[in-house]
Amino acid sequence: MSPLLTIKNLVLEGRSDETWTQIVNGVDLTLNKGEVLGLIGESGAGKSTVGLAAMGFTRDGVRIKEGEVEFDGIDLVNASASVKRNLLGKRIAYVAQSAAASFNPAHKLIDQHTEAPVQHGVMSRHESEKDGIELYRKLRLPNPDEIGFRYPHQVSGGQLQRAMTAMAMSCRPDLIIFDEPTTALDVTTQIEVLASIREIVEEFDTAAIYITHDLAVVAQMADRIKVLLKGDEVEEADTRTMLSNPQEEYTKSLWAVREFKRPQKPAVASTATPVISVQNVTAAYGKVDVLNDVSFDIHEGRTVAVVGESGSGKSTTARCITGLLPPRIGQIELDGEPLPLDYRKRNKHQLRQVQMIYQMADTALNPRKTIGEIIGRPVQFYMGLRGSDRRRRVDQLLEQIELEPDQYRNRLPSELSGGQKQRIGIARALAAEPKFIICDEVTSALDQLVAEGILRLLAKLQDDLQLSYMFITHDLATVRSIADEVVVMKDGVVVEQGPKTEMFKPPHHAYTDLLLSSVPEMDPDWLTNLLAERGVDNIGAAAVDKM
Amino acid sequence: MPGVLKIILQRLALGVLTLFIVSIVIFTAVNMLPGDFAELILGQGATPEAVASIRRDLGLDQPALTRYFEWLGDMLTGNLGTSFAQLNFQTNMGGGEMKTVVSQIAPRFANTMFLAGVTAAIAVPFALMLGILSALYRNSVFDRFTNIFTLSSISSPEFFLAYILILFLAVLNPILPSLSNIYEGMGFGERLQKTLLPALTLTLVVTAHMMRMTRAAIINLLASPYIEMARLKGMSPMRVIVKHALPNALAPIINVIALNLAYLITGVVVVEVVFVYPGIGQLFVDAVKIRDIPVVQACCLIFAGAYILLNLTADILSVLSNPRLRHPK
Repeated sequence: MSPLLTIKNLVLEGRSDETWTQIVNGVDLTLNKGEVLGLIGESGAGKSTVGLAAMGFTRDGVRIKEGEVEFDGIDLVNASASVKRNLLGKRIAYVAQSAAASFNPAHKLIDQHTEAPVQHGVMSRHESEKDGIELYRKLRLPNPDEIGFRYPHQVSGGQLQRAMTAMAMSCRPDLIIFDEPTTALDVTTQIEVLASIREIVEEFDTAAIYITHDLAVVAQMADRIKVLLKGDEVEEADTRTMLSNPQEEYTKSLWAVREFKRPQKPAVASTATPVISVQNVTAAYGKVDVLNDVSFDIHEGRTVAVVGESGSGKSTTARCITGLLPPRIGQIELDGEPLPLDYRKRNKHQLRQVQMIYQMADTALNPRKTIGEIIGRPVQFYMGLRGSDRRRRVDQLLEQIELEPDQYRNRLPSELSGGQKQRIGIARALAAEPKFIICDEVTSALDQLVAEGILRLLAKLQDDLQLSYMFITHDLATVRSIADEVVVMKDGVVVEQGPKTEMFKPPHHAYTDLLLSSVPEMDPDWLTNLLAERGVDNIGAAAVDKM
Repeated sequence: MPGVLKIILQRLALGVLTLFIVSIVIFTAVNMLPGDFAELILGQGATPEAVASIRRDLGLDQPALTRYFEWLGDMLTGNLGTSFAQLNFQTNMGGGEMKTVVSQIAPRFANTMFLAGVTAAIAVPFALMLGILSALYRNSVFDRFTNIFTLSSISSPEFFLAYILILFLAVLNPILPSLSNIYEGMGFGERLQKTLLPALTLTLVVTAHMMRMTRAAIINLLASPYIEMARLKGMSPMRVIVKHALPNALAPIINVIALNLAYLITGVVVVEVVFVYPGIGQLFVDAVKIRDIPVVQACCLIFAGAYILLNLTADILSVLSNPRLRHPK
C-alpha cells in the first residue's frame, strides 16, 4: 500500500529583513492511511511550518525552497492553486491552536461548518447541517442540536476546539493537521478535547499529524513520534519505543525536564511571622464578587503555588496583594503589619517589598528601552542609585540572572529570546530588593527546557536571597517541581491548602483530585486507562459541573 | 438585544444634545459676522435713522439672548422664520406672497438630497467594489492604477474635474447636458439625466476615501487566524475576502461612508455653481453674502443635523455589524 502523504527532503525558507534564511532543513516524513504522527519540538522548531507545508500551504514570508510533498499521488509543491483548493478542506483539513481566533466572529458555527462541504460540492447545506449536529453529538458537545446556531463568542474555548474538530471532519478528510489544539486550554478541558479527538479520528480512520510541544499529550495521541529541533529532524520512532528508549541526547533532555524537583524544606515554625498574610479577602469587579474569603500565609524563603483553572481567581488574588484591586473585605499583612489596601496609599518601602513577574515577558517590557534602562529604572526609583552606582548594580543583577552584562546591557527586548526576556523580568523584580515576588504564570509561555532554566534560576535566587514566592500556575508539573505549599482555588474560593507533600498524596478534595488526575502522564496508556476507570462523563468540565 | 437598544438610545440622546450645542455655536458665529443686513441693503449713503428703522422692523435691535431664545422656540415648532430679504421687500414694496424660510429652503434641500442620493448610489458601490478588488489583487498593476486614479481625482480641485467631465461628456461627446438647471415638476428621467454630470464629478471626489478605507480595513484582517482557516478550507480568494474579511471590516468602512455622504449634503457649492445646479449650497452662500440671518442659521442647522444624523446612523450600523453586541452571551 502506498503511503497517503510523503514528504521528502523538505527545505523551507523564511524571510526576515528582506533576506531569506532556511528555517526547515530537509525533513522527511511518511504517513499511512489512518495513522497518527506526533510532531514535537520547541517553538521555532518548525513544526507548524512543516504541518502547513504538508497541506501545500505556506504562510506569508515563508516559501518552499526544495523538496517534495506528495499527497495521494498529487504533487503539492507544484500543484496549481485551484488543484490545492480542491483538496483543502475536502481531503486535507486543519485544526488550529486557538479555536477562538480561528472561527470567524461574524458567522454562526454551523454556517462555518457547512461552508466546506457545500462549496466543495460534497453535501447539500441541509445534509451537512444534519451531519454537523451528529458530529457535535459524537464529540459530546452540550446541546448538540442548538450549539451550532451560536456565534463563536457565545461558546467556551474547549467547546470551540471540539466544534473546530467537527468542522475539520465535515468533509470526512483523509488527513487532518492538528496544530497544538489543546495548548491554550485548562487541564480539565484539555482532557475532554483529547478524548474526543482521539475517538473521532479512530472512528473515521482518519490519518493525522498531531503537532504539540507537550510530550505527555503526544504520547496519548500518536502512533509514531517525530522530534524536530530548529528545523532539523532529531529522530523518529513509534510512540512506545520513543518514550522508553530515546536515542538522541536532545530527546533525552526533553524527557528529563519533568524530573526537576526541589528538596522538601523543613516545616515552618508555627510561631514565625509570615512575610505575606492574606486574611479573609473578598474582592469584586464592579458588583460581582470574584474572590470569597481567601486566606493563606507565605513564609520567608518559601514558595506557595496557587493553582486553579482560568477564572478561578488566582490572578485576582495577586492584584489584591499588590494593591491594584483593593479588597472589599479583609486585609493583607506584610511582616505582621497591615498593608494599605490601595497601592496609591503604600509608601516606597511597602511598594518595594512586593514585586511581580508577568506571564508575557514580551508585553511586560517596554520595547523602546534598553535592558540597562529597564533594570536601571527600579534601581534608581527604589534604591536611589545613580550614575556609575546604578550601572554597577544593573551589571550585578544581570550576572545574577546569568546574562553577560557587556553583551546585554545595551540591547533592546526585541533582540532577546523568550527565556532571556523572562530573565530580564526577574532582574527587574530583583532590582527593588524585595522580600516577596509574585510569579504570574511565568513559565507558561515558554518551552519546557527554557521553562526549566527559569525555574532553576528562581530556586537558586530563593536560596541565595531568602525570597518568598507566590507562584501562580495552572501547570501541576511546575507545582511539583518548585512549590513548598499549595493553595488550590476554584470559583474564587480556596478549596484546599497545605504542604506539597500532603497535597500530592490522597485523599484529596474532589476538585484537587480531578485537577491532578487530568494532567497527562507520559504513559501512552494513561488516557485509555483513565477513561476506562472513570468513564467519559466523569472527566473534565463535565465532572467539574457535577461538583 | 436590550444592550443594543440602550446604546442606540444613548447615541440618540447625545445627538440631540450635540444639535442643541451646535445651535448656540451657529447663533453666536452668525451674529459675530461683521456688518448686518440693514447696512448692506442700504449701501454706503444710508442715514443712521434708516438703518435703525430697518433693524427695528427685523427685530435686530433686541438683545442677542432674547433673539436666540425666540429663534430656538420658533425652531422647535418647525418655524424657521422669514428671510430678511423677503421681509424687507414685503414692508417696502407691499403685496406679493410671503415666503417663509422653510418654503424657500425645502425645494433646494430636496434638490441637494437628490444629487447626494444619485452620487451615493453610484459612488458607494463603486468604491466598495474597487476596494474589494484592490484588496484581492493587492500590489498588482490593477491595485496601483486604482490607487493612483482615485488619489489624483481627490487631489484635483472640484471645478477642474467638473470641466474635464464637461469637456469629454458634454462638448466632445455630447452625451450629457452640461447645465443642470432642474426645476419643479420635471420628470424623474430628465431630472436624473441632468443630474448625472455633477453626480459623476462628486463620485470622483468621494470615491478615494471610501475605496482606500475598504482596502485597508480588509487587508488589515488578512493576517487573522480565521482568514488563514478559510484559506485552509480551500475557499477561493474572492470568497475569503467577501465572506470572511468584509463582514468584520464593516465598522470603519461604514464610518467613512457616512462622513462622505455628509460632505455630499453640505459641501458641494463649487459643483453646484459650475453646473448651475439649484441646491442648498448656493442658497447658503447667497444668504451669507447679504447677511440674511434666518436663512444662514437654518442652513447651518440643516448641515449640522445631517452630520449628526449620518454619524449616528454609522454608529448604530457599526454596533449592529458586531455580533458580540448583537448577540450577547
